[in-house]
Amino acid sequence: MARPAWAVGVARFWNKNKWGYFFVLPALVFFIVFFFVPIVWAFLLSFQDATPFGGRWVGLANYRSLLKDEVFRVAVRNTTLYTSIVVAQNIFVSLAVASLIQSLSARLRTFFRAAFYLPAVTSAVMIALVWRWIFNSEWGFLNFLLGIVHLAPVRWLSDPDVALWSIILSSLLTVPATGVVMYSAALGSIPVSYYEAASLDGAGTLAKWWYITVPLIKPTTLYLLVVYTIWAFQVFEKVYVMTGGGPGWATTTIVQLIYNTGFRDWKFGMAAAQGMILFAVIALVAVIQFRYLNTDVEY
Amino acid sequence: MKITRQQTETGQSGESRAPSLVFPANSGEPARRSRRPRLAVNLPLLLLSLMAVVSLFPLYWLFVSALTPSQYSLKMPPDLFPVHASFENFQRLFQYTPVFKWMSNSLLIALSVTAFHVLFDTMAGYGFAKKRFAGSKALFWIILATLMVPFQVKLVPVFKMVTTLGLADSFWGVVLPSFADVFGIFLMKQYLQTIPSELIEAAYVDGASELRIFWQLIIPLAAPAIAALSIFSFVGSWNSFLWPLIVLRSGDKYTLPVGIATIQGEFSQDWGVIMAGGAIAVIPMTIFFLLFQRYFLEGVRTGALKG
Repeated sequence: MARPAWAVGVARFWNKNKWGYFFVLPALVFFIVFFFVPIVWAFLLSFQDATPFGGRWVGLANYRSLLKDEVFRVAVRNTTLYTSIVVAQNIFVSLAVASLIQSLSARLRTFFRAAFYLPAVTSAVMIALVWRWIFNSEWGFLNFLLGIVHLAPVRWLSDPDVALWSIILSSLLTVPATGVVMYSAALGSIPVSYYEAASLDGAGTLAKWWYITVPLIKPTTLYLLVVYTIWAFQVFEKVYVMTGGGPGWATTTIVQLIYNTGFRDWKFGMAAAQGMILFAVIALVAVIQFRYLNTDVEY
Repeated sequence: MKITRQQTETGQSGESRAPSLVFPANSGEPARRSRRPRLAVNLPLLLLSLMAVVSLFPLYWLFVSALTPSQYSLKMPPDLFPVHASFENFQRLFQYTPVFKWMSNSLLIALSVTAFHVLFDTMAGYGFAKKRFAGSKALFWIILATLMVPFQVKLVPVFKMVTTLGLADSFWGVVLPSFADVFGIFLMKQYLQTIPSELIEAAYVDGASELRIFWQLIIPLAAPAIAALSIFSFVGSWNSFLWPLIVLRSGDKYTLPVGIATIQGEFSQDWGVIMAGGAIAVIPMTIFFLLFQRYFLEGVRTGALKG
């Protein structure tokens, strides 16, 4: 007991601080170098007509020409259309599938969760390649199906009016894996007593689902909505592999355009401006979703 | 006295104290099910089976097409089953493309990314979960906030950084920008928070150093979470496309997805060869998934995998 209590306290505090920083430091340095610096840098680049060989300050010129750019407008429209349809399907189908799975035995539940999850661990590029083959207008599987019911073959990916819908279709025909797993977990954590009480009051299966399940899993719904929206806005692999953004600009999405602008035309400043707009749109949508859906559910 | 206490606690913590990684979903369901009429049980099963068939069809078609030689694949109606199965497509793939090189590139990159994630994410997760230090909350939230920023925003600056460092078109150019991972830090923090602090205190009392506690106590205790983290880091890296596509320029440095996506121009009428390439990329992940399913599903719950 030679040292006074406060000295021990300070020494202890210092020790804890020191090691805390030590463990967090590598990750922190990484995030500073590869997240914060690039984001600020991208913001600055978006005001320059930068190319790999340098560039000068042009103020808002990049943004101004993007607003007037027909291709950029098409890309935003394509991406928004893709996102709204695919996200709605993702939420609806994952909730439906998770609810259906919930009524099965434990063994079947595990089986179906795995079956629906498997496509998600396989490379998006490879799945997109298969879809391209399935959509092949001469020998593809889909036109074979149409042939069976005596319908004329469709040029799924080469008809500019159809191509974007084909890409959307390929997303709609896949059960959203993350949603199923997360909804399953959320459904499993709802106390059975709620349903029993509702049964005593004479509620049917649908009434119980609508009045108990849906409100209680709202936090999961919000999370999935935000995450799926972010993912859908970033759609790239599918488009790059299946159509490359064509025919014409029919399937060009924002990220495909960022790739073309930055790494095919080497217009770094313009690509940075497109990236900032993508960021702004995603942030805006996420904020709106939080605003309207955020509730504190406790049970 | 102290020693025995620590030993018993450490001994039991690995299995019984650490919470189950797989979600506690299976509670109380069977009692409810038995009262339902038979039809209500079968209708969901039917619907789910149908959806599973549709959802898994592209994978099935990938394997069928990979095994079907070109003279049988360009015809109507197509073979719905691999009745003419042969490895012809694979032979041609091996002959005309450096697919083994791509595979080893992908494997090396995925293993390195995984190793870095495990080390740095576990360290940071431990720091945030168990160390109290000035600004820890703020730093954690700042790291989490980076999730809001789409990866594509940083493409140009990170590309410029990598080029400046002379790492364009190289292994390190692909690996360096993915040293640590937000989801991994989040997962490790959540998991390590559930480990009783008394365990760590006891190790202190016994005079163990910070680093020794980390290596010999925290890492073994966090093994289930580390397994989940490794698996989804590996899969994420194996399947990643946009960044390697931008950084890698020469054909022998490509990863498998970049390589296969690139040959689709060359082999545009030779779908079997492309599908064979796809199968080679997909088979390891499928096996991996079937073996370590429960860790995958834990990774999903933290939002680590896309899909």
